[in-house]
Amino acid sequence: MSRASGLCGMALGVLLSGVAGPVAADIALAGFLQQNTAFNTAGANPDGRNYKWLEERAQVKLDGSAGAWRLMAKGDFAHDHLGRGDRSELREAYVDYTASSWDVRAGRQVLTWGLGDLVFVNDVWPKDYEALFAGRPLEYLKRGIDAVKLGVYPAFASFELVLASAYRASRVPDAGRFHLFDPMPGPATRRTAEPDQGEAGLRIYRELAGYDVALYLYRGFQRTPSMRPDGMSAPARITLFYPKLAVYGASASGRAGEGVVSLEAAYYDARQDRSGSDFTVPNAQTRLLAGYQWQPWEDGSLGLQYYAEYMHDYRAYRASLPAGLPADKRRTDTFTARLTQFFLHQTLRLSFYAAYNHGNGDRYLNPELRYAVSDRVWVAVGANVFGGRRTGQFGQLARDDNLYWQTRYEF
Amino acid sequence: MKRWLAALAVLLPFTACALTGEEVMKKSQAAFLYPGKDFKARVVMKLIAKDGQERVREMTLLRKNMGAAGGEQKYFLYFFQPADVKDMSFMIYKYPARDDDRWLFIPAINMVKRIAAQDKRSSFVGSDFTYEDVSGRDLEDDDHAIEREEKLAGADCFVAKSTPKAADADFGHKFTWIGKDHFLPLKEEQYDRKGAPYKLFTADEIREIKGFPTVVRRVMKNLQTGHRTEVSYLRADYDLGIEDGLFSERFLRQAPRKWVD
Repeated sequence: MSRASGLCGMALGVLLSGVAGPVAADIALAGFLQQNTAFNTAGANPDGRNYKWLEERAQVKLDGSAGAWRLMAKGDFAHDHLGRGDRSELREAYVDYTASSWDVRAGRQVLTWGLGDLVFVNDVWPKDYEALFAGRPLEYLKRGIDAVKLGVYPAFASFELVLASAYRASRVPDAGRFHLFDPMPGPATRRTAEPDQGEAGLRIYRELAGYDVALYLYRGFQRTPSMRPDGMSAPARITLFYPKLAVYGASASGRAGEGVVSLEAAYYDARQDRSGSDFTVPNAQTRLLAGYQWQPWEDGSLGLQYYAEYMHDYRAYRASLPAGLPADKRRTDTFTARLTQFFLHQTLRLSFYAAYNHGNGDRYLNPELRYAVSDRVWVAVGANVFGGRRTGQFGQLARDDNLYWQTRYEF
Repeated sequence: MKRWLAALAVLLPFTACALTGEEVMKKSQAAFLYPGKDFKARVVMKLIAKDGQERVREMTLLRKNMGAAGGEQKYFLYFFQPADVKDMSFMIYKYPARDDDRWLFIPAINMVKRIAAQDKRSSFVGSDFTYEDVSGRDLEDDDHAIEREEKLAGADCFVAKSTPKAADADFGHKFTWIGKDHFLPLKEEQYDRKGAPYKLFTADEIREIKGFPTVVRRVMKNLQTGHRTEVSYLRADYDLGIEDGLFSERFLRQAPRKWVD
C-alpha cells in the first residue's frame, strides 16, 4: 500500500503539473458499496470457519483528464469478517499521456493479454485465484502491477512495451480457507523469497487478412511459487520461490463461420532450470488454446475451449522427482464451455462455466445468476464446485465448494 | 401543340421518377444511416417497461462511412451509463452483405474481445431495437414493394412493404412510411411471422443538422409486451473529421476524450 500510495501521489503531481495551464481539468468521482459472502457447502475450512468470504467493501474511483493527460485511481476500503480485518488496497492508480502516435501509462495498472476465458496462455500478468474460487466479482481476478507501459503505433503494427521495476505474484488461495494439497506436510518452517528484480513484456499486434494477430514476449518469473525443501526425508526449512521464466507466444482471432475463433500458443522457457532436472521448478512447457464462440440464439452465447499443456523435459523431470511425490502427466488436455444467456432486456444474466481436465479428472463448475435490480444496484448469486484428484488444481479444492452472493450499489 | 408539350413536360418527371420499392428503400437507407462523411451523437436510451420502470443507457455514438451510401461503415460506442458498463467501449465494422466484425472492451479486466455477431435478432443493449435497427439491415435480405402513397401527419409518404427472403429476421414483414421530401423513415410497423402486430417505430423529431435532416428522437415499442425504448440524440453533428485510426484496439482500450465527451 505504501509504495502504491507513493505512486499515486507522484501520479497526481504529474497530472497537476500538466494541468497548470489554461487547460481545464475534467474530474469525475464514482464508486460502489459492496457486500460479498461465500458460504461453504461441503464442510468447514481448515481454519474451522464456514465461510470462504465475508466482507463489506467500498470503492472510490477518481478519473481526471486535462489535455493529453489523464489520471485514474481506484481505491478499495474493505473489512473482512474472517480474521483478516482491514483489507483496504489501491487497486489501480496511473497517469496516461497520449500523443498522436504513442502513449504511456505509468503506475499501478491491470494488464490482460491473450484470448482465453479463465485459461491463460499468454496472460502472464498477476491474478488472484483466491478471488475467483471464493466467489468475488470477476474484476478481482486480476491484480494490478506497478509498471510503465509504452504504446507505439506506427502504421505497420502496434507495440506495447511493459516494464515493471518490481515483481508482483499471483495470489493463491489461503491455506486457512481452502484445503490445499501440500506435497511436503510437516512442521518445517516456511519462508517466501520473492524475486528482487523486475519484469518486462512486449506485445506486438495488428490486423492480418481479417484476423487480429499478436506476438507476445515476456521475461520475468513464474507467478505462483515453487517449494524447495532443504532435505527430502524430514525437511526443516522449505523455501517458497518464484522460478525465472520467459514466455514466447502468439495469438490470432477472427471470424470463422457463424462465430469467432481464437487460437493461442506459447512456449514457457524454464530459465531457472533449462535441463528440466530440478523437480521443484516447472518444466519447460508449450501451452496451446483453441476457442470458438458463437450466438446460437437470441441473447445467448456459447464458448468452447480446448487447452493443452505439454512438458518438454519430461524424462528429466521424472528422473529427478523423489518417490512419494505425485507425478504430473507429460500432456494434459482441458476442455471448457461457457453458456451465457440474457433475459428481461439483458438485466438478468445466466452464465455457466465448466472446465474438465481429461488427464487427471480435474473439474470446475461456476454457475451464476446476476440481476440488475436498477441502473445502480445489482445482485449476483453463484456457486463454485470443484472436483478431481487430490493433487489436481481443482481436485484439491473438492471440500471447498461454496455458494456465493454479491450485492453492489454503484454511485 | 405547345399545350400538349407542356403537359408532356409536366408528366415526364413523374414517369421518370416512379421509384421501385428497392430504390425508395435505398434512398431511405442513405438518408437515415449514411448522411455525412461521419457522425457523432450522445445517445440517451430509455428502456421503459409496461409498468413504467425505467432504465437508462447512455453512450457516445461515432460513425464513419468508408465509402458511398450502402457501403462499409465503422461504428464506435462508448458507454457512460449504467454504472456497471461505464467506460465499456464497443466497435463494429459493418460490411454490406456479410456479417459485421465486433469488438468489446471490458474495463473491469482490461480486455479486448472479439465477439460473434451472427444473430440478426439480437437486442441492442437490452433495448427494443435490434442491432439491425441501429446500424441497418442489408437491403438485399428483403423484397421491397411500394404498397401505396399517403400522407402521415401532413407529410407525403411512400409506404413500402418489406418481406424477408429468409426466415432469420426478427419480423415476418414490415411497412415503412418514408417521407418523400427527405426519405427518412417516419413510421414503421413490424409484424411477426404469424402476421400479428409486433413492433412500432416512430420518428418523433427531425432536425436539420449541417443540411442533413436527422431523426433526433425516436421510439420503438414492442406491441406484444408493452415495453418501449425512447432514444434521443443529443449534440448530433456531422463531418467532424473523425480519423480512421479511432476505430482500433488502441482507442477501444482508451477512448479519446476528444471524441467521447
